Amino acid sequence: MRALKQPGLWLYVAALVVWGLVVWFLDDPTLRETSFTLLMYVGLASSLNILLGYTGYVSFGHIVFFGLGGYMGFYLVSVQEWSLYPAALVGGVFGALVAALLGLAVLRLRGAYFALATIGVNEAARAFVNNFRPFGGATGLSLDYSVYGLYGGSMKALWLAFGLVWLIAIATVVTSYLVKQSRFGLGLMAIREDEDAAMVMGVKAPRAKTWAFALSAFFPGIIGTIYFFKNGNVEPHDAFRLHMSIETLVMIMLGGQGTVLGPILGALSYERLRGYLLVSPLFKSLHLALSGVALLLIILFVPAGVVGWLRQRFPKLRGILE
Amino acid sequence: MVHQLINSLTDGFLLGFVYGLAAMGLSLIWGVMSVINLAHGPVITVGMLATYLLFVHVGLNPYLAIVVVAGIGLVLGLIIYITAVHRVISAPHLSSLLATFAVNMIILGIFNAVFGGDQNNIDFSLGSLSIGFLNVTYSRLLAAVGAVAVTVFLYLYLYFTRTGKSIRAVANNREAAELMGIPSTRVLALSFGLGSLLAAVAGSLISTIFPFTIFSGGPYELKSFVICVLGGLGNPLGALLGGLILGLMEGLIPIWMPTSWVPVVEFGLFVFVLVVRPTGLLGAK
Amino acid sequence: MILEVRDITKRFGGLQALSDVSFDLSAGEILGLIGPNGAGKTTLFNVINGVFPPDHGKVVFRGEDITRLPPYEVARRGLARAYQVVRPLSDLSVQENVMVGACFGRERYSLAEASRVADEVLVQVGLADKAKLLAGSLNVAEKKRLELARALGSQPYLLLLDEVLAGLNPSEIASMLDTILQIRESGITILMIEHVMQAVMTVSDRVLVLDYGELIAQGLPQEVVNDPLVIEAYLGDPQLTKRLLEGQLR
Repeated sequence: MRALKQPGLWLYVAALVVWGLVVWFLDDPTLRETSFTLLMYVGLASSLNILLGYTGYVSFGHIVFFGLGGYMGFYLVSVQEWSLYPAALVGGVFGALVAALLGLAVLRLRGAYFALATIGVNEAARAFVNNFRPFGGATGLSLDYSVYGLYGGSMKALWLAFGLVWLIAIATVVTSYLVKQSRFGLGLMAIREDEDAAMVMGVKAPRAKTWAFALSAFFPGIIGTIYFFKNGNVEPHDAFRLHMSIETLVMIMLGGQGTVLGPILGALSYERLRGYLLVSPLFKSLHLALSGVALLLIILFVPAGVVGWLRQRFPKLRGILE
Repeated sequence: MVHQLINSLTDGFLLGFVYGLAAMGLSLIWGVMSVINLAHGPVITVGMLATYLLFVHVGLNPYLAIVVVAGIGLVLGLIIYITAVHRVISAPHLSSLLATFAVNMIILGIFNAVFGGDQNNIDFSLGSLSIGFLNVTYSRLLAAVGAVAVTVFLYLYLYFTRTGKSIRAVANNREAAELMGIPSTRVLALSFGLGSLLAAVAGSLISTIFPFTIFSGGPYELKSFVICVLGGLGNPLGALLGGLILGLMEGLIPIWMPTSWVPVVEFGLFVFVLVVRPTGLLGAK
Repeated sequence: MILEVRDITKRFGGLQALSDVSFDLSAGEILGLIGPNGAGKTTLFNVINGVFPPDHGKVVFRGEDITRLPPYEVARRGLARAYQVVRPLSDLSVQENVMVGACFGRERYSLAEASRVADEVLVQVGLADKAKLLAGSLNVAEKKRLELARALGSQPYLLLLDEVLAGLNPSEIASMLDTILQIRESGITILMIEHVMQAVMTVSDRVLVLDYGELIAQGLPQEVVNDPLVIEAYLGDPQLTKRLLEGQLR
């Protein structure tokens, strides 16, 4: 496959693999937790990029799939007593199904209207889950600590969660890459550039968009399940945090939408920055404002993001800066 | 039961005027420059906060404070336009969407840092009016009256003053307006300021009825979107009508289901109208 | 008959855009479609390739009724279109633009095959040296060629050209006409909307004339050009214009 011959893909995968192994060997819980969060965002940002960067549909509500898929997966583990692995998978599939269904209504909207609809989705989903008895309503669900025993105790479970998120992050990046280099991806990018022209050229836009939407929702569903499993509980307020959606968006814009490396870099740099800011008492409460400033500056001056800008500046590096 | 229903509907109807006012601000900006102002919610919050602070620290009567709030809204709108929107006004719509969204984050972030997420309440109770079984608080009544008054002012401004007419000209066809010597940048900035003014005043009125947190602007922003889409973009009368419809709907819903379902219904309505009749019930512009 | 258009009627609110338009197109023909501005030519194209359905009438392509199919279905059956107002996929390279046509057109090539097809097509339209540049960076004449290349990339049986000569200088026009003739040589049927009268007359086998949504004349170029209805549609006064035209066509 043409995709596998590009150096970029192997570079990123190798970097991620090495990082994971380093954390493993150092056996440091703090590093592990930080890495967990970072890798989680890499996964979230890369998956959203499939919809936003490749297909050109800006979603403000991406976190809804993290929440809904995560809820489903967590429900299966805590209430139905499933094993984590199939539960996470079902969480992902559930996220994808919700996306496909939602897409029937929402993908018909173009540009700004679609974005607006996605803002409402998050609110609606939270309100819905708040009232949904099987998912615990407003109090949510929690995990009996004995469940961790099935995975070798809570310490081991934490390492397991890390390992799974690490694998999913790699899987998301690889998928993102494969999509970009595939015929499917070419169709998506044509839709992004000019949806009507793409249709006239034969791209089955409605179907392609639905697949992109579902694919972008699959990984967050899995990640959500793992995240809530690690935390031991889930509640509506937690699962549908709008600012996680926003921050994922900012990460993509910062790093460079439509590239594979962009979301990775964006996620890493943004999260690191946030980590430093949270420690400082002055900036702690301002971090939402600062992300806003960052987003504004990017939109006004560097809309292509860091990677996009680099690609324009140094065309020779295109092969690596995919 | 019927009494409850009528009271509920009346409450909703009165509130609908205020919703309509808020939505008008969004609709104006949308209609004049095709920008969807995602900072709308925080501007409403600014109105709420300003009224509260003026009441608590200066002792200013909330209804008088509206004039001050209008001024704040106008200036804020001008600032937002000049810093964030002007540069991307001719770019694809998503750029202005993200730019105003960024402003949203900045304002909310600052408020969060300075004021925190606690509830604030303006303790300015005026009692209520009773007509038979109908029981309406004066604050709701006054808010509706205030909303109508501002609407009338807006209408007079847009149709009978020179600047108002130039706003309508730019909304109709920006290039043609420029060719006729209308300074479109100034008009756009003014329109944005005007839209923000309306939002801030709406927020001010809302704060006289309900307690609020700095995040309260969000749901009203969503309502404004639904209303704009219902009433047709750029159509102020449509916004008012849409506001009334939404208000009535909110009066009806709690009879059958818990109020926490309201966002779901509103979202459903929003998507439904967008898909089925994107130009709104009254048609755009 | 590669294309049969029957009684196409389309109304937009108060405006009757097309009324009972009917014509046939034989395989290998170049059919010119002319008419004053606002006559409904582009609307007719939009109906043919599925952008919107007609109110009445039908479009039969290679024996299949394609009247209400969406544009991507029409494209997959081998009917491609080059737009009047060019719409390049700006952030993709020239080659990738053509590849989209090849991947999603009649043959549904894989990426590798599409790449080869794109290279061939780019040679055909004279853009081979610009293959790796971003489509957004081309000038107008080049974008028009790209528009043509994209349509060709889908290996169509029938090509709809909407004013491909607009905005080109005389030497660019001559070169584009050559390309169009070559395309026909390779077996593709062409239906072209054109305003550049001289061009359309030299290159078309037959000509259709549309005015206010109605087909007012069809036939050989010389016949059509001398038809008083046509002259009146374009210029108003038949006598005056006859004199003008005689001066021009000799």
